[in-house]
Amino acid sequence: MADIRTEELTINMGPQHPSTHGVLRLVLKLNGEIVQDVRPEIGYLHRCFEKHAEAMTYPQVIPYTDRMDYVNSMSNELAYVLAVEKLLGIEIPERVEYIRVIMCELQRIASHLVAIGTYGNDAGAFTPFLYCFIDREKVLELFEIVCGARMLYNYIWVGGLSHDITPDFIKKTKEFITYFRPRIKQINDLLTYNKIFIERTIDIGILPVDVAINAGATGPTLRGSGIKYDLRKDDTYSIYNKFEFDVCVGTGEYGTIGDCWNRYIVRAHEMEQSLRIIEQAIDVIPEGDVQSAVPKRVKPVAGEAYIRTESPKGELAYYIVSDGSLNPYRVKARSPSFCNVSVINQISRGHMIADVVMILGSFDIVLGCIDR
Amino acid sequence: METNEVYEKLKKVFEDGIGELKTDVPVDPFFFVSADKINAVSLFLRDEESLQFDNLSCLSGMDYDKDNLAVVYHLYSYVHHHKLVVKVVVPKSNPVVNTVSDVWAAADWHEREAYDLVGMTFEGHPDLRRILLPEDWEGHPLRKDYKVPEFYRGMKVPY
Repeated sequence: MADIRTEELTINMGPQHPSTHGVLRLVLKLNGEIVQDVRPEIGYLHRCFEKHAEAMTYPQVIPYTDRMDYVNSMSNELAYVLAVEKLLGIEIPERVEYIRVIMCELQRIASHLVAIGTYGNDAGAFTPFLYCFIDREKVLELFEIVCGARMLYNYIWVGGLSHDITPDFIKKTKEFITYFRPRIKQINDLLTYNKIFIERTIDIGILPVDVAINAGATGPTLRGSGIKYDLRKDDTYSIYNKFEFDVCVGTGEYGTIGDCWNRYIVRAHEMEQSLRIIEQAIDVIPEGDVQSAVPKRVKPVAGEAYIRTESPKGELAYYIVSDGSLNPYRVKARSPSFCNVSVINQISRGHMIADVVMILGSFDIVLGCIDR
Repeated sequence: METNEVYEKLKKVFEDGIGELKTDVPVDPFFFVSADKINAVSLFLRDEESLQFDNLSCLSGMDYDKDNLAVVYHLYSYVHHHKLVVKVVVPKSNPVVNTVSDVWAAADWHEREAYDLVGMTFEGHPDLRRILLPEDWEGHPLRKDYKVPEFYRGMKVPY
């Protein structure tokens, strides 16, 4: 038999692909089935958010920030609004702070449900996907009661909120908490501790701690490697210092610390912690007027502000430069998925193509955030 | 450690590369570094015992004013829990800055984005090409004097 030609094969895992979680292009260099090199190409969803923001007034930018990471709109709005309020130097009512925290934690649960459901889908488990989305529907119903929108809210405004919450919302949120707790256990039984899922995800894509810190990976990606760092506790913003919750890290319960399973388990545990925060906040919301501190014209002093927040995907920060006029001079969005995806080359080498799909899913990326 | 303490430390080691320190601006104080010294300064910031800025949180390119472009670095230390803001200002006629992608791997993609959108060139970067816009796009959109092209590959751009 003639010698078999063994050359390196370059394959395109193109922008249209069911497992790339959006329009992401991966150029894979393969030796048979083993991956030698992964080169991500992005920019298919670039909408020039930063250039548009320079032409709008500060409050008009908020719907644009919604659409950056469209699965987590509340967290994006909060990060932007905190930076503008820092530049303005205004005090916001406590009622607003409590409601913002409740909304962000509900949003965290919704975002992690998408991450868990689609991750199971990547591995071939179709049932948990729909179970997660049933629960996500309940959260989106809560958001619809408050502001009328299910996914892109324009709810958190500079200095306050667009609408106040009703007693109906508080009642339904408490019902949601009692409904959702046993559902987390059900998702864990279905997917997290499922033998096939564990075999698919342990010991692949191990991200060492120093690589993660150097490359700017944050959020569950960093916590899966064992570092107990959460911006809500370590660089606290809003009123997160009033609540008690644990920071979940990957402990190596299965597999090695830093592999895909440990990144995934951080998200599964964080949903329970978010429920704890909502429980602590929902009963003690002080009275007040949510619109009382909303300024008629937002005209900050000339300066810059950089506020980092913990979005479900990692460290989300907005760097706003103001020149004293009604429009921002420069808005830069530091997105967590942008930095998380850049490490994929280093950690995928030596694995198979199916493992690349699982590694990519464990980062939980949203292309709207990467491309802006 | 506060920004002025870091500034004093750096001034002792690199006398001519460090510009002035601005402390009375809202919100965070910052200081300037010259474009050709930024790599050496970054290595010092990352490796020095008492500083240990091991994380580059954000690198933004911006159009600073009529004649200058700027790069702004936001640094953070996981060891000592302190932050720093550093700026490098370069003229538009020659926007060349030393790369820091060998110091922090996060800078790799951020510098490509700054090159793409603002037009700064990073000397020593391993792979400087456009990241968000198509490879054959002309112009750098985030500059204040950017004009949207009429046609791109036969398609009308403004609609």
